[in-house]
Amino acid sequence: MSSFLVGIDGSECGDRALDAAAAQAEAAGAVLIVCYVIAWSPYSFSTPQENAERHKRREEELDAARSKLLEPRARALAERGIGAEGVARHGHPVRTLIKLAEDRGVDMIVIGRSGDSPIRSRMFGGTAASLVQSSPVPVLVVP
Amino acid sequence: MKCSRIAPMALVATGSGQALAQDGLDGVIDRAVTPLSDALSAFIFYEVPIPMVGQGIPFIVLWLVIAASFFTFYFGFINLRALKHAFFLVRGDYTSPDAAGEVTHFQALATALSGTVGLGNIAGVALAVSLGGPGATFWMILAGLLGMSTKFVECTLGVKYRNEYADGTVSGGPMYYLSKGLAAEYPALAGFGKMLAVIFAVFCIGGTLGAGAMFQTNQAFSQLVNVTGGEASAFNGFGWLFGLVIALLVGTVIIGGIRSIARVTEKVVPLMAVLYVSSGLLIIGLNIEALPAAVGSIISGAFQPEGMYGGFVGVLIMGFRRAAFSNEAGVGSAAIAHSAVRTDRPVTEGLVALYEPFIDTVVVCTITALVIIITGSLDPTGQIEGVALTSRAFESAFDWFPIVLLAAVLMFAFSTTISWSYYGLKSFTYLFGEGQSKELIFKAVVLGAVVVGSSINLASVMDFADAMILAMALPNLIGVYLLTPVVKRELRSYWADYKAGRLQTYR
Repeated sequence: MSSFLVGIDGSECGDRALDAAAAQAEAAGAVLIVCYVIAWSPYSFSTPQENAERHKRREEELDAARSKLLEPRARALAERGIGAEGVARHGHPVRTLIKLAEDRGVDMIVIGRSGDSPIRSRMFGGTAASLVQSSPVPVLVVP
Repeated sequence: MKCSRIAPMALVATGSGQALAQDGLDGVIDRAVTPLSDALSAFIFYEVPIPMVGQGIPFIVLWLVIAASFFTFYFGFINLRALKHAFFLVRGDYTSPDAAGEVTHFQALATALSGTVGLGNIAGVALAVSLGGPGATFWMILAGLLGMSTKFVECTLGVKYRNEYADGTVSGGPMYYLSKGLAAEYPALAGFGKMLAVIFAVFCIGGTLGAGAMFQTNQAFSQLVNVTGGEASAFNGFGWLFGLVIALLVGTVIIGGIRSIARVTEKVVPLMAVLYVSSGLLIIGLNIEALPAAVGSIISGAFQPEGMYGGFVGVLIMGFRRAAFSNEAGVGSAAIAHSAVRTDRPVTEGLVALYEPFIDTVVVCTITALVIIITGSLDPTGQIEGVALTSRAFESAFDWFPIVLLAAVLMFAFSTTISWSYYGLKSFTYLFGEGQSKELIFKAVVLGAVVVGSSINLASVMDFADAMILAMALPNLIGVYLLTPVVKRELRSYWADYKAGRLQTYR
């Protein structure tokens, strides 16, 4: 069975990407992996207090992503008869999505175009643009 | 507690004129602290006489250097042979991607470094070179290299005996390895370990208020006044205002938990460090033809110094002393910061901690010293100088540099105060237990000390702070010596796994 990876970020655009992915999955009889990436870098700087609480915060961030974003969407998809799995990860958005796509052998990545702020996407090219340039599988960019 | 009570009074006193403060409040505090300060200083800085030489070496410097040398030999030059492996650990080669979102080796190291890199690297080196000549640099580098071994041992212990609480937070440092570690290894010494931990915590609180809060803002403010025109500066006499602003900023981070200010600092501090190091390298590069002579003067000055620098021993002491102040190896403070890392092999963080004295003392201090020597800024009449000497050396190549240096000093002071307020808080909660209101009181006291530090000039309080911070090394190193076999065991099994290729890599 083929599978599609869709990246969401809690924005409207991310949900439009999810809708598009759901439509594709319904037509192709594919399952969806819905991924929310919590932006994080192993090389960032932090205060000692933050470091001491990091593990606790990480669990809280993952819990919040699962319960507020991923589970409601996975349930809604299941009601439509689409198999969906929610995945929450910490890391660089583009690299994390590509790693997940490779590990799971997905057939396509679906992503919203405007997740980042305008300045950020102009400076760094945005998640969608970077994915298009470096993804090992076809990418569907949803406006 | 004393600090929070006097803070408002200090404002009134300095607000109505510096002269009044000198005779009034300053005098009162000065008289109260002096006997305590003198007693502690007399012990910590007791000059141990060296036979055949007319000079003594301060007890605490001897204490730190002997420990560093012992650990270097006992662990078979771990400071040199593990440096390459430690680099791969910092880079994350051995960190599983499943641990994304946890505290990495890099983050633990960076946090610890932001607590140590500071005025010691800018002012301390200048002091060493102006007092001990170019040769002091050699002994500073040597003390930095030896100090790496001390950090390795204390940071390994910090991770091994940390407390991991049910809610996922961690707390570690000398308080925990002195009490838990000694109790586990030597049940008969459990009470002794507890006592060492309490003494350490008391000294650490003193060091936090004095060296962490008061000294940092005091020095940052004096640099601000110097750069903006000295006596004629518009800021002169407004130390209390400066202190209030800094206290407000620090307060929003440590009490308000406002991330945005910390986030700005965490970007700017490394930027400042990189700018400082690269300007230094650029100056050295532009004067590359003077480099061999400068290196020559460092080496010849180390063994056959010119008469005015106090002879061989005088130069050696100056280098060792400034290195100890700069990288804090043996003091135990860094073990608190390093212990938050996510790892199941404590020894990995010890190896990563090797880079702390290496970057702080061997790299940054050497660059500062080379710039001072190469640019010929060293005043041959032997005038003793701190930040001003470094500032002049860099200014001779880039005339805008004093402004950058000012920004760097301000940033370093800010980040060091934040780091130390955490070290002090951990010691405070170790002694008095955790609790919202108790922690708030402690944080308020730290902020009070920040205001007091820049409002009034109290030589005795500064001396006391200096003595307190170094006194932490007494209980800390006694415990570390006793726990050395634990680290040996950990290292032996880890190194065997590493050599046999049993460690999993992810890159």
